[in-house]
Amino acid sequence: MKVLVPVKRVIDYNVKARVKADQTGVDLANVKMSMNPFCEIAVEEAVRLKEKGVATEVVIVSIGPAQAQETIRTALAMGGDRGILITSDADLEPLAVAKLLKAVVAEEQPGLVLMGKQAIDGDNNAVGQMLSALLDWPQATFASAVEIAGSTAKVTREVDGGLQTLDVDLPAVITADLRLNEPRYASLPNIMKAKKKEIAQKTVADYGVDVAPRLTVVKVTEPAKRSAGIKVESAADLVSKLTTAGVL
Amino acid sequence: MAVLVIADNDNAHLRDGTNKTVTAALKLSGDVDVLVLGKGAQAVADAAAKIAGVRKVLLAESDALGHGIAEAQADAVLALAGGYDAILVPATAGGKNFAPRIAAKLDVAPISDIVEVVSADTFVRPIYAGNALETVQSSDAKKVITVRPTAFAAAGEGGSAAVESVSGADAAKTRFVSEEMVKSDRPELAAAKIVVSGGRAMGSAEEFQAVIEPLADKLGAAVGASRAAVDAGYAPNDYQVGQTGKVVAPALYIAVGISGAIQHLAGMKDSKVIVAINKDADAPIFQVADYGLVADYKSAVPDLMSALTAAGK
Repeated sequence: MKVLVPVKRVIDYNVKARVKADQTGVDLANVKMSMNPFCEIAVEEAVRLKEKGVATEVVIVSIGPAQAQETIRTALAMGGDRGILITSDADLEPLAVAKLLKAVVAEEQPGLVLMGKQAIDGDNNAVGQMLSALLDWPQATFASAVEIAGSTAKVTREVDGGLQTLDVDLPAVITADLRLNEPRYASLPNIMKAKKKEIAQKTVADYGVDVAPRLTVVKVTEPAKRSAGIKVESAADLVSKLTTAGVL
Repeated sequence: MAVLVIADNDNAHLRDGTNKTVTAALKLSGDVDVLVLGKGAQAVADAAAKIAGVRKVLLAESDALGHGIAEAQADAVLALAGGYDAILVPATAGGKNFAPRIAAKLDVAPISDIVEVVSADTFVRPIYAGNALETVQSSDAKKVITVRPTAFAAAGEGGSAAVESVSGADAAKTRFVSEEMVKSDRPELAAAKIVVSGGRAMGSAEEFQAVIEPLADKLGAAVGASRAAVDAGYAPNDYQVGQTGKVVAPALYIAVGISGAIQHLAGMKDSKVIVAINKDADAPIFQVADYGLVADYKSAVPDLMSALTAAGK
């Protein structure tokens, strides 16, 4: 079974995003960029499926600027087999990304799409569900455990108030939550090997998909700052302050 | 303009997120209907009918809907979508699971996790873990929106809408296997008035239970945790407060042994009053705390318990 793993290049999760003074967006100039953490978990899961003999090939796809090539290389160093880079200068909306991925699925015919539940820049949490809907494939989002058994996948999901286990027919779209696994660090030999792996170069235009934006960003602003309050001397002092504030 | 709100429910109870989403919907239009998706969920529909401002309640039932299967939920909504200009879904794990499917099938851009309605086509939503707020204007004729419940006040009671049954839907390729819900007598994290959260400083699951839980129980509070504590296995995942967990906005939030990483702050900074207990005076949590106690939790929490007892709590 071939597994397709879409990955996104985003601001590193340890870097605090700063809003541009002209309110047009977040300043990404000279900011450290990395693979979206949820995508990393999806890559790890796909590689583990290959190591278990369940997956035969792990194909990494990324849509973004030319530098997204580095993100694909990172995934290849973790154990992906080959990559597809679809360059786009515009920051595409989830609907456009889902349509492009649908076109990639039509070409690649994977048995499973494994991807992160959300990107930490746009925080939409939408592409996996949308891709599944466009393909009319079943979905299993927010996965914390994945078990492939023949033509179905048993997926444990993080839901409100606990865990739910679903059994979905393959092909399907599965999105990874934080606790699915702990991604590996690529070893130096694997990083060297990844440099020789094939990355197909495509552009958005190659897929003939309508990617026109549906949303206009009016402005991007900084949230209201909370100011630091006071330090209390003791627990008793704290209780009296909270009682006065009327929150106890 | 008519708006359809999808109720947040567990087949037996209507959850508060529904009332909050109705408040957001009423900012768009006076014609707000509520759709309850579930199984054996008549009581939920009856409760939804009492929300002030609701025009009509629709009840769609099937086994798949009772288990919150996204494919069935999206299909049930799509069957009704023709009659509405906007579909609003509470941005819970369940809502986020199916709302984008509806948008994809309608060929519209979903608008995720809104915290403010600016006008009928313009909304504010947090991006970058709440470090920025994006105001977006939608050009789609029909809008599919998820609503962050903590950003809106709950619509009150006083309505008497009619309840109407509509057809349910099933999912052919997805089967429910089992579920494992955390049983707790404590209030639900997302709706609690007081939340007590523990961080990595706890050092173990046993310590977390021994320190955080008694304090929460004394205050009638829900228990939360930082991502660091959850990742370390000290607390279950659904305790997680933060951008990747739950977003809470209680009247009182007590952070114990939590340093205050950006991702945690994104999940609790809208709380009315924030208390931080941490032995590191430079911890970032103190920059957002109304009351900070620089002390080791090992002595501070027992002291706090006795001070609460002394104050008659």
